[in-house]
Amino acid sequence: MDTGKKPARKPVEADTPASAARRKFINSVAAAAGGGCLLALGAGLYSKSAAALPAQALRPPGALPEADFLGACVRCGLCVRDCPYDTLKLSDLGDPVATGTPYFTARQVACEMCEDIPCVKACPTGALDRQLTDINKARMGLAALVDHESCLNFLGLRCDVCYRVCPVIDKAITLETQHNPRSDRHAMLLPTVHSDACTGCGKCEKSCVLPVAAIKVFPRQLAQGALPAHYRKGWEEKARHGGSLIGEQVELPVRGFDGPTAGRSATEAVVAPSGPAPTAAAPVAPPPVPKKPAVPPGLDSRWKP
Amino acid sequence: MTSSSLPLKNDAGAPARSLWQRQRWLILRRASQTLILLAFLAGPWFGVWIAKGNLSSSLTLGVLPLTDPLLVLQTLATGHLPYSAALIGAAIVLAFYLLIGGRVFCSWVCPVNVVTDAAAWSRRRLGIKTGRAPDADTRYWLLGGILLAAAATGTLAWEWVNPVSLLHRGLIFGMGGGLAVIAGIFFYDLLVASRGWCGHLCPMGAFYGLLGKKALLRVAAPNRKACDDCMDCFAVCPEPQVIRPALKKVGQESPLILASDCTTCGRCIDVCDKQVFKMTHRFDQRSE
Repeated sequence: MDTGKKPARKPVEADTPASAARRKFINSVAAAAGGGCLLALGAGLYSKSAAALPAQALRPPGALPEADFLGACVRCGLCVRDCPYDTLKLSDLGDPVATGTPYFTARQVACEMCEDIPCVKACPTGALDRQLTDINKARMGLAALVDHESCLNFLGLRCDVCYRVCPVIDKAITLETQHNPRSDRHAMLLPTVHSDACTGCGKCEKSCVLPVAAIKVFPRQLAQGALPAHYRKGWEEKARHGGSLIGEQVELPVRGFDGPTAGRSATEAVVAPSGPAPTAAAPVAPPPVPKKPAVPPGLDSRWKP
Repeated sequence: MTSSSLPLKNDAGAPARSLWQRQRWLILRRASQTLILLAFLAGPWFGVWIAKGNLSSSLTLGVLPLTDPLLVLQTLATGHLPYSAALIGAAIVLAFYLLIGGRVFCSWVCPVNVVTDAAAWSRRRLGIKTGRAPDADTRYWLLGGILLAAAATGTLAWEWVNPVSLLHRGLIFGMGGGLAVIAGIFFYDLLVASRGWCGHLCPMGAFYGLLGKKALLRVAAPNRKACDDCMDCFAVCPEPQVIRPALKKVGQESPLILASDCTTCGRCIDVCDKQVFKMTHRFDQRSE
């Protein structure tokens, strides 16, 4: 019954040139749409997969956050042209940085932090934000002294090069004095990066004297952790409000400790009990251990002469 | 088909045309493409800064901003409003191509044109007939696709692979991996699809084609009576379908090639021994 119907209908439709033309049209539109969408989708997916900035690629000063930057930068290279030190490069297809976008590699050429920031002025689209007028407020990345095992200062030497070359010396990098447990009589001056002042210019990484830099500059989102948004630092809140926000706390005795309870700040006056230790603690007190030298603060390389 | 390369074999007995007559528009176009490239390269090569940047966005002589309007459109699609420098630059470019001729960009500026012309020339010379070109409307879908991709991903997705900006940027700033894409386009046009990239796929071409719907600069066939159906123009034209209405009065009386697909390359003028075609403006209806 079905077979009787179909042949009766089919030839009529197939033979009209209009139907053939229609079929051809629909075919071609479908092919064009399919091909076009596939190509665009492929490009979109590729751009999505490659959108992460690799660890050693730094954006020019004033660059928008990476996701916004990739929508705003038209890859014209005007920032590259106006960089007087040839710091900036445009990436090519296959480079780990988004095709055609500007970046620099600190270890090769660091940013010289021009006061007039010509690269930002050159940007026609605002991918480099002109609200950045003070180069010291640039946040191209963040330095991190990643290798404590090879950093000469951590070995007890006075290299200090990263500290000396830092354009924001004593703010972005400071030298923190610590006892050297190896020699037991010297100090170690440890280069210490401060995220509130580091511009990520890369001078420290560029000038690290080691064959492979012990201090490296990373895009900020790679270099930094983040506290949960609801965390408050008690001591900061206390200082800001001129006193504890949760009132005086009941101080519970901590077993094994005499005198001040844990948690009381060192600046508070400590009233040590003048009498002998409570007798209750005596039975559970650990047997006296042979007296050994106090562990010095700082890092212990475990190396003993 | 090969008569363009053998000018002395002129059946009609007309005086053989000189090399300049046979290659004038090609030479002019190559000169235009080269000079534009040189304007960008004079700075890094010789320290003479004429144009900075590239076709995506540039600053000429420190005052004239030019920006690819399609790129600005994509940037807007991502949700970013560019600074006025880019917007003004895009407006200037937009006005120019609206007025002069949309796909004039393709044949007189775009560096990929040289690659695909070379592929088409090789294809003709080697007699390659293989492959099948996608529908010529694919480019419009692709144009819509790249705008959608920009909106969906929030990035200029097309710019990761766009051969036009890849090549121009690469020529000025140096290139490595991008060469693979350009080679891919050459071999695609050579082996798979005749005039496949520029004539069927390129969304930039599609965009400039849309701009050029009412543009002034046009090729016309005022001397169409002299046509002896040698097919040279069809063989060499990157968009052969645009010639017929003007040359054979199909659906129009005007001798003007009005289709916006026409890149105004003038190659048909070069190859025609009967000198049927000429470069003219939109209001020039003279014929014969």
